[in-house]
Formats: sequence, structure tokens, C-alpha cells
Amino acid sequence: MKVSVDMGSCHGHQMCAIAAPEVFGSDELGNATVLIDGDIPAELEGKARRAEANCPERAIIISE
Amino acid sequence: MTDTRKPVESLLTDYDIFEPSFVANPYPGYSEIRESECPIAHTDRYQGSWLPTRYEDVVALAQEYEVFTSRGILVMPPPPGQAEGAYGGVAAPPITSDPPDHHWHRRLILPVFAPQAVAKYEQSTRDLCNALIDEFIDKGTADAAADYAQHIPVRVISNMLGVPLDMEETFTGWVRGVLENMHDMELRKRSRLAIIEYFLAQVEDRKTNPRENDLISELMNTEVEGKKVPIEYVLGVCNLMLVAGIDTTWSAIGSVMWHMAQHPEHRKQLRENDDLWPTAIEELLRVYAPVTMARIVDRDIEFQGCPMKAGDRVLMAFPAANRDPRQFENPDEVILDREHNRHVAFGSGIHRCAGSNLARLEVRIALQTWLERIPEFELVDPATVTWAGGQVHGPRSCMVKF
Repeated sequence: MKVSVDMGSCHGHQMCAIAAPEVFGSDELGNATVLIDGDIPAELEGKARRAEANCPERAIIISE
Repeated sequence: MTDTRKPVESLLTDYDIFEPSFVANPYPGYSEIRESECPIAHTDRYQGSWLPTRYEDVVALAQEYEVFTSRGILVMPPPPGQAEGAYGGVAAPPITSDPPDHHWHRRLILPVFAPQAVAKYEQSTRDLCNALIDEFIDKGTADAAADYAQHIPVRVISNMLGVPLDMEETFTGWVRGVLENMHDMELRKRSRLAIIEYFLAQVEDRKTNPRENDLISELMNTEVEGKKVPIEYVLGVCNLMLVAGIDTTWSAIGSVMWHMAQHPEHRKQLRENDDLWPTAIEELLRVYAPVTMARIVDRDIEFQGCPMKAGDRVLMAFPAANRDPRQFENPDEVILDREHNRHVAFGSGIHRCAGSNLARLEVRIALQTWLERIPEFELVDPATVTWAGGQVHGPRSCMVKF
């Protein structure tokens, strides 16, 4: 699983970082950043999915 | 006090967001509108507005900022002559801004409110919550709204701005004058002017007595394209900090306290499971979202079958959107570990609440600190709880015993 953020849609709700702080962070403005390069470790996949399901802007893209 | 307002004939065509029973509990009304054949209600009251209640519609109009503009963000128009009168150019950027200015209005303050930036207020917020609890813990009873919630955001914001804490009551009065009692035009006008004049004096004082590490000084020294930002922007942001940062978060904290007083099982869940806190706070924000914002329609448009005219007001009822069963299973139920929660308590799109990270920090610390000191408590009498409503919903008196 890989994750990315559509920065055109992200408005910095930070709900991804709340759901999955190991996977998502915040830039200087509070917009989302992805903290993991490449594949998401299996044990964090559930949290990453939860982050996607909590983004009000639907800005998180999960690819498997 | 006798309520002299005209009785509401139908919520679909005559809603009144200031009607006392709607103020106390707007959710059945939102639900009635949402599930009707006409989920976008209209009223002629307060010079008219539209009220979408479905999640999808509320989010769609929040996203369409070119059509639904922020020229007006309150349900009632400003007092006549405000724009031409004293400090007419002072608004509350970026909440009152539209693109293109919105971009720099917002860009300048976002770093102040990023999660890593607000983390530094965690300890001082905890300290002030503890100090408030010290005042009443031995009495066995307290007003969780008026003795606790009400004092937290105003002190946090005063600290950030670098203004004396003894202004607390005055600030609270001004903010209520602007937001909660906005149908009193004279009071609203006076409160707005008082806020602007107060911060103008603070700016003047900093010119002769420069300070460091407070937001007013930082704003005064901020440059955009090589020029200091205009004074209207500095005063506007100060205005925003008070008007958007105090009543709203105080309402959210109050609602959360009211909820917890009635739900020992939720107190127990939080006590026993530290990992639950992040999702629990989001869930409480979903269910008790305090804020409804307004927009002004830019041009004649049909929105979901409603013929909206240029200049019409539209309410973005985030509290209604957050309880739409099309988006949330069992929407009226608080499920502390809710898995899917795209709530819009802080709005949606380019105007996402700039202070959201600070607000959720305050809500979390307020509840954590209370539960550590007062793990068991209950309402003295549910019937005596009083509420503010309209555009900001939350309890104003909520007596609890422990």
C-alpha cells in the first residue's frame, strides 16, 4: 500500500495525522505531509485507511 | 422575559434560528428539514436566508467560494452604515476574505496555528484549567459552562495576543454582543467598535513600547511584497481571534462537559483507554459542532432546485451536516471510536477554521484535566441548563455536582 495527498484538495484539517500520526504529518502551514516513503508497513495499513476515511476533503489517495 | 416573536409556521419556509427552543436544541429541527421534500429551507426572517441541512449540500456550497462568497458571514446583515462608518475597512480576515486577498490573509496566520505551533500552548492551557478547577473542587458543585469552559479560550487567546488577562470579562461581553445578541444592532455596533478601538490602542502602545513574542507585534512587523501589512489587517486578525476564537471553543468545551456529565460509560472508556482520545475528540466535535457560518450569493443561481438571487444569505449549518444519516451511521449517537468520520465541525474548503488545531487542543486539555481531577460528576438538574444558539451553539449555564 502507498499513500499520497492531493495538495489541491487538502485544506489542513489534520484529521489524517490524528488518525495515523505515524503516516501523516503537517507542513509549516498545517497542510498534510506523508511521512513514509514507499510502502506503508503492514501494521500501519489499518491506520492509513482510517486516515482516508476521516479526511473531509477526500484528499488522501491510497493505492495498493 | 416574554418572547414576542411571531410563532414559526413551518420550519421549511419560516425557520427562526434565534427561537428559544431551536436555540436550546436545534437537532430535531435540522432533522425535520433534512428529511423533508425540501432539505434546503428558507426564511424571510432577519432579511431572509437559506438553510441547507444535508452534508452533501453544505460541503458543496462551502467548496463553491466564487458563488457563495464571504462578503457576509453572519446570518444578519451588518448594522446600517457600518462599511462607511468608523473603521469600516476592518473585517475579520481571512474568514471575511475572498480570493485573491484571501490567499495572503490566510497564508500569514496559518503557521501560527499549525499543530506543531499550537503544541506550545498545551502546558499553559493545562495550568489554567487546573487553576479554574482549584476554585470550585472543594465545593462539590460548579457551573461547567460559566465557571470552567467560558474562561479557557479567552485566556488562551489573550496570552497569544499578548494582552492582559484582566480583560477577560470585557472581551467575553464584546464577543457575545457581536455573536450571540446580534439582533440588537446597537449593541452589535458598539461591541465591534469597542474591539477595534481596544486593539488600535494596543497597536499604538507597541509602537512606543515594542514587545516580542506576541501575535499583535508579530502581525505589525509582517511584510507582504516588501511592505508592512495594513493596519486594517492587523486589527482584523485581532477581531477574528476574539470573535471566532472565544465563543466557539467555549461552546464546544461546554457541550462536551454537558455530554460527559450524562455519560459515565464514556468517562470510563476514556479513563481506561488513552488511545481513544484522538478519535473521541473528533467524534465529540462532530456531534457538538458549535458553528454555523453564512455566505452571500454572488449571482443568481439555482442550487439544488432553489432559486437563489445575488445578495441572498445562505447558512452553512455544519452542525446539521454532521448529523446527516446519509454520511454518518447513527448520527445522533456519540461513538468514541467511530471509524469513518469526515466531520465538518471546522468547515470545508478554503475557509477551514484556521484555529482548528488550537480549538481541539483546548477541548482535549479541558476534558482531560477535568476528568483527572473530577472523574465522577453529573448534572444537578437537566432542566436548568441554558443554551446560546443561532450561529454558535453551546451551554451558557450547566450546573454539575460531584
